[in-house]
Amino acid sequence: MELGYPILSTVIFLPIIGGLLLLLISRANESVIKWGALAVSIVTFVVSLPLFTNFDKTTHLMQFTEGGPHKWIAAWNIHYYVGVDGISVLFVLLSTLITILCILISWNSIKDKVKEFYIALLMIEGSMIGVFCSLDFFLFYIFWEAMLIPMFLLIGVWGGPRRVYSAIKFFLYTLVGSVLMLVGIIVLYKQAQTFNILEMMSRSYPYKLQLMLFWAFFAAFAVKVPMFPVHTWLPDAHTEAPTAGSVILAAILIKMGAYGFLRFSIPMFPDAAKAMMPVMLGLSVVAIIYGGIICLAQTDLKRLIAYSSVSHMGFVTLGIFAFNSQGVEGGILQMINHGIVTGALFLCVGVIYDRTHSRVIADYGGLATPLPVYAGFFLVFTLASIGLPSMNGFIGEFLIILGGFKASKLVGVLAATGVIIGAAYMLWLYQNVFFTEVNDKVKDLKDMNGREILTLLPLLILVFWIGVYPNSFLSFMHVSVSHLLEKVNYGASADMNLAQIFIDLIR
Amino acid sequence: MQYPDLGPIMPEIAFIAAALVVLMLELVIKRKEAIGFLAIIGIAVAMFYMKGSFGATFQSASNPQEFMFVSDGYSAFFKVIFFVNLFMSILISLKYLKIEDSLKGEYFSLLMLSTSGMMIMASSGDLIVLYLGLELMAMSTYILAGFMRNNTRSNEAAIKYFLLGAFSSAILLYGVSILYGLTGTTNIYRLAGLVAAEDVHSSPALLLSVVMIIVAFGYKVAAAPFHMWAPDVYEGAPTSVTAFMSVGPKAAGFAVMGRVFLISLSSYKVEWTTILIPVAILTMAVGNIVAIAQTNIKRMLAYSSIAHAGYAMLGIIAGTRMGLAAMMNYLLVYAFMNVGAFAIVIMLRSNVVKGDELSDYQGLAKSNPLAAALMLVFMFSLTGIPPTGGFMGKFYIFMSIIDAGYIWLAVVSVVFSAISAYFYLRIVVLMYMKDQEKVPELSLSPALSLSLIISFVMVIAMGILPSAFIDVARVVSLIL
Repeated sequence: MELGYPILSTVIFLPIIGGLLLLLISRANESVIKWGALAVSIVTFVVSLPLFTNFDKTTHLMQFTEGGPHKWIAAWNIHYYVGVDGISVLFVLLSTLITILCILISWNSIKDKVKEFYIALLMIEGSMIGVFCSLDFFLFYIFWEAMLIPMFLLIGVWGGPRRVYSAIKFFLYTLVGSVLMLVGIIVLYKQAQTFNILEMMSRSYPYKLQLMLFWAFFAAFAVKVPMFPVHTWLPDAHTEAPTAGSVILAAILIKMGAYGFLRFSIPMFPDAAKAMMPVMLGLSVVAIIYGGIICLAQTDLKRLIAYSSVSHMGFVTLGIFAFNSQGVEGGILQMINHGIVTGALFLCVGVIYDRTHSRVIADYGGLATPLPVYAGFFLVFTLASIGLPSMNGFIGEFLIILGGFKASKLVGVLAATGVIIGAAYMLWLYQNVFFTEVNDKVKDLKDMNGREILTLLPLLILVFWIGVYPNSFLSFMHVSVSHLLEKVNYGASADMNLAQIFIDLIR
Repeated sequence: MQYPDLGPIMPEIAFIAAALVVLMLELVIKRKEAIGFLAIIGIAVAMFYMKGSFGATFQSASNPQEFMFVSDGYSAFFKVIFFVNLFMSILISLKYLKIEDSLKGEYFSLLMLSTSGMMIMASSGDLIVLYLGLELMAMSTYILAGFMRNNTRSNEAAIKYFLLGAFSSAILLYGVSILYGLTGTTNIYRLAGLVAAEDVHSSPALLLSVVMIIVAFGYKVAAAPFHMWAPDVYEGAPTSVTAFMSVGPKAAGFAVMGRVFLISLSSYKVEWTTILIPVAILTMAVGNIVAIAQTNIKRMLAYSSIAHAGYAMLGIIAGTRMGLAAMMNYLLVYAFMNVGAFAIVIMLRSNVVKGDELSDYQGLAKSNPLAAALMLVFMFSLTGIPPTGGFMGKFYIFMSIIDAGYIWLAVVSVVFSAISAYFYLRIVVLMYMKDQEKVPELSLSPALSLSLIISFVMVIAMGILPSAFIDVARVVSLIL
């Protein structure tokens, strides 16, 4: 469906231009800068809404495409070419929404270098959306790497005590992975003579090359996801980043890795991806269980949630590499879910951190007494993270485990134990922070104010919306996912829709 | 008697004349900044002559193909790099030399003569002309390195540079003389056919000669293991001269490398790539890894410039038109980002603070956000992160090397490129993430600001709209 204006370019460049305009505002006018950033992010979100309402769910083709024939760098056959399909559209929307929340949550907690903070945040938004929209591999890489600069600053300048170490670790891990992908991209270009992703996908490559490129791309995507054993940057970065940084990292940035697998590795190198399925499933299961067990030993709020991300992203990659429609759809949905739930949990931690400036679990206790509303919100997100039915986490994890079970019974069983571990550490966390005796340090704290409630409310609504009626989101991806699987399985995939799964379940 | 056509060499003639005029006027003009301005006019004059200068000159009577001086697109591209480098170096010098109390008119004249040498190198069609240009360039730069007469470090730099430079010149001459003994010519274009002949091609003397030529050029571009002079000289020389040296002679070295290796020795490619590949890898390794351990920013940038020579060398190793175009594009963007970084270094040099220790950058973002932001852009560009020109430059290099079939070499070099992020990031960390101990007094001047604006705009332009630059580089790399 076409709109009267270039919606994707607007969504990509509005935040970037908005950020550059903020440069012109005097440093002293902090409130103007804040309101300006908020206005830019809200306008971007509103502009992006037609992607949700006008999306054509009956085709796997790219929609809202722009700039196909216009060459950007003629000598290398590079175009400015953007578009979305059922796999990427939800991430664009998630990015525009999360940015608003990040600005809201940082309203009072960022006091130093305010101007630079909001500029960095808007730059990140623009490049994140660019990553999800790019249909030219070179363009994709530009956005993918360009995001590193503001993210590095976000962690390093406004982060916690060990921020410099974490920021450098984050940067170097990601950069090493990315440059290996860069070599892969160029090798692919030499074969395909184009950077157009759709054209690249329509070709088939010799098996040996596929295998080589699969691992080159793996280097970049696995670091971003992050998969075991290259996950070690994530706990540090998550923990030390300011709240907004943690939220963006958890909600969107690490989704880019899994998105990369879906968009590039699997459709371009289907044979290699199939051959590597046992390895990928194995690494996913290790991440699920290992991440979960490590969570049990954490004493730091943010670190615990960070390791739970490792575990949850293990579910995502498990679903994707199960190569059946339940697994892949569950994987994509779980990415959205994880973005919402973990994003919300980090926002929650930010709320309490602003009051106490402590992330140590032992410093809390009985928080439900002075902050009942806050405890309510936190409870919902905790339960969603565990995967309680009627909440979004359940749908995603259920589909993934189902898909995993179909791919391999052992994997399905092991993944299911991950859910149990997840329940254990999340409930333990909730009990220690909110129940038990009221800690003296927290008894005088004030409950959430209107701004904070407003920040968490959209995510609360989404938790139940996806939990109760997931089809309004799953319907976006059906056609795209089955097209993707056709490519991998040569049309031999047994497609089932969600209704059938539930019918099977009831029997 | 037939007089040779002087048209092609007019830019050099005009520019050397301008350099001499500047030298003379130094005696009468008291305001030395005006002399810097005159030098800039000299550039404009040479640029004016460059427009119509395409052609070849000094044909020998026996063989009309045997020209000694070639003015083609390839050399013109390099001359533009030299002019950019000279122009920016003059801009960043004015205030700095005053602080160092070394603002003398000869300085500009020497810069111009050195640039003339580079121009002759880029245009040389004969190894003897090449040598003349190289010596003119080198002699002027030796003096420039020691321009702060009362500073022992500066003197040490000059002596070191001179001694090692003299060695490398001798080694080059020796290599050229062997080549002459084998083929009976020193003409770059005629050598191509003669080297391909069976008896010459299989002679071990040719290998010896090529090794010597590589050693000499390796010295000029500061490639490992011939880089030992670079850190000391870069640290000791006046910072503006360091900026000048880190771009100009390097670009000139690559200009002649491109011509000699890809034209004269094109039939000997297998052999010289076997030597150049380890040299390039070692250069990237030494440059990027040793830079991590530096605490002085000039030394750090010296090692970084060594590393960048390694990347540019990949373009020669690729041995294709694409490789050549990539190398030229890379050197152009390198000129902007490196001089830009040095401009910031110079900005920190005030009457009280020396400003070349890494710790001087601590908390710069707080006291001077604009300078810090510019340094940030240059650092990320040197690392090769989009959307800066440094990324496009590296990308083109990697593309050409992969296109030539060296995928493994591309992997090695991207890994070194990632390592380099560590020490460039350290500057960013210091500027943005550490608290300030003392507020540095920045020495601002309109000329310095102008150079910063130009380099910033060009680094970003070459990153966002690289098409124009790439197209030019592609067209002028047609010498093959």
